[in-house]
Amino acid sequence: MLELIEGYYAHFFLMLLFVIGLYAMMMKKNLIKKIFGMSMIQSAAILFWILVAYKEGATVPILDPGISLENPDMYMNPMPHTLMLTAIVVAVVTLGVAIALAIAVYRNYNTLDEDELLARIKEEQ
Amino acid sequence: MITQNSPALIPVLYLAASMIIPMVGYFRPGASYAIALLTCVAVFGISLMGLQEVMANGAISYHLGGWMPPVGIEFVLDPLSAFICVIISACVLMVMIYARNNVRQELPGSSIGFYSLSMLFLGGLAGMAITGDFFNLFVFLEVAALAGYGLLAIGTRRGPVSAFRYLVLGTAGAIFYLVGVGFILMATGSLNMVDIGNILPHAEYQRPVIVGLVFILLGIVIKMGVFPLHHWLPDAYTDASSTATTLIAPIGTKVAAYVFIRILTVYEFPPLMDVLCWLAAASIIAGSILAIVQNNIKRMLAYSSVANIGYITLGIALANPMAFIGAMLHILMHALMKLVLFAAAGGMLNNMGTVNISRLRGFPTVMPWTALAFFIALLSMVGIPPTGGFFSKLYLIWGAIEADAWIFVFVIVFSSILGMVYLFRVMNIAFFRPYETADDKKITQSFALTVTSPIESIDESSKQFETMPRKEMGLLMLLPVLIVAVSIILVGIYNGPIVHEVISLAVPEFLKPAP
Repeated sequence: MLELIEGYYAHFFLMLLFVIGLYAMMMKKNLIKKIFGMSMIQSAAILFWILVAYKEGATVPILDPGISLENPDMYMNPMPHTLMLTAIVVAVVTLGVAIALAIAVYRNYNTLDEDELLARIKEEQ
Repeated sequence: MITQNSPALIPVLYLAASMIIPMVGYFRPGASYAIALLTCVAVFGISLMGLQEVMANGAISYHLGGWMPPVGIEFVLDPLSAFICVIISACVLMVMIYARNNVRQELPGSSIGFYSLSMLFLGGLAGMAITGDFFNLFVFLEVAALAGYGLLAIGTRRGPVSAFRYLVLGTAGAIFYLVGVGFILMATGSLNMVDIGNILPHAEYQRPVIVGLVFILLGIVIKMGVFPLHHWLPDAYTDASSTATTLIAPIGTKVAAYVFIRILTVYEFPPLMDVLCWLAAASIIAGSILAIVQNNIKRMLAYSSVANIGYITLGIALANPMAFIGAMLHILMHALMKLVLFAAAGGMLNNMGTVNISRLRGFPTVMPWTALAFFIALLSMVGIPPTGGFFSKLYLIWGAIEADAWIFVFVIVFSSILGMVYLFRVMNIAFFRPYETADDKKITQSFALTVTSPIESIDESSKQFETMPRKEMGLLMLLPVLIVAVSIILVGIYNGPIVHEVISLAVPEFLKPAP
């Protein structure tokens, strides 16, 4: 069991973060807590991509006169990092839309609790 | 010149329009509709030209910023994506003509936001159809989804609640997709679809690829609204304004189905296909049964969307050319049918004040032309010749027989029978029960269709009923609905040329039998 985890601490940590986020999204009754969970799985996915780029003993992808160009293995892959800048922007926008919708829900029904919300919707019909 | 640049022009025109509309609309609110309509016409023209060019000379590839494909982002217009682009732009053109009066009536004050968001939504969908890069697809997926949340939230009081639910599930789907792409990047080091397809057979580790594929497909299945993950769909479609539903329902989930095809062209993993076949079958049956028990027409149509996306998934997952042709034809047919049905439901909501099925008595006498279009589309939904729905189901059944999957043949036929149930339920109430007053006193019935049968006439005289004069939708709203309804029959009659000249070019390589 321990051998499985050894050397993959980061992967297991991200898996845990992802599952906690999913749990919060599905099981929590408060809409804001759902948004927290959403943010957590987004962070987990972004960190996972950073992890994909990581190489043991490699350095930042800036040309270093000490390292010859014949050996690109000594540099990390910069592509996932740049792509994740875009993904962070997407995550922030999603967060903004989610909070805007939560505000709209609160204005219409005066509650953020899901059970109460469903009860009030039913009452209205 | 335009045709060679068409892969970039199609999404960029939509995205540019979504920026221009609020800027111009701030000074001249009336101009926002004109810009949206002009963009739709332009994009429709360009995608038709693109399709013609692609059919004659093969795929057009556009390299953004002049970077060559494995490094840079590639936009590809091949027969498959060109076909999807034509469907998107044609449907949207019709919806935009329909939208003018409806938006003014339903969403007073937020028409600029509506047009701007709808252009953003379409830019995202067109980008999803055209891009040849996995990460770029994620960005377009989120652009389309975020605009979709906004569109579904404006309208009714319950809109934001349903949109929030959709947002939570949709974001989960997008993140699953992103994680899956991460796994594929891990195994191949590339994001270009063609490049990955070439690298994968030689990749050192196959396991991360399969895990990634499962993640990606899970994300896409959430976006498609296939049965166990369909919960966001009926609420979102029911609570949105009818223009937004008419815009999103015909094309939103279909483009996700198209992404599904794109991913399978990269890598095929047979056990997963079996699982997807069964999921699709469950979706077909459950969607049809749930559609029967609904009382609200919009909700009934949303559940039948779940069933129909099941047909499309089944056609793709059966993985043979016949079933694939059936799936593509069904994407086209379902887009047309849902456009007519939701547009007609919007008209009912405006003119009769209800979309409740039990209150539809006399609906054909109040809105005869809308009723004609509505029932043509419903007949096509069940699959009655010569409407197009019959032929797409025929190809699907043919494909299932070719794959020796008799259980799925049974599922398709059984679901058609279930479809008959919900069709005739609506038809029965609308046409044949004009005078019953079971729960409500107000009857909507014009003088035009008073049948004088000797037995009923005695009964009628004693009853009190309010009559409702003929009140058809406005010409601008009626025209697109009728055009699409006629084209449903035309596509059915001319399905041969469409299949031979367009769709059979689009059948991906991996489905073709080895020579």
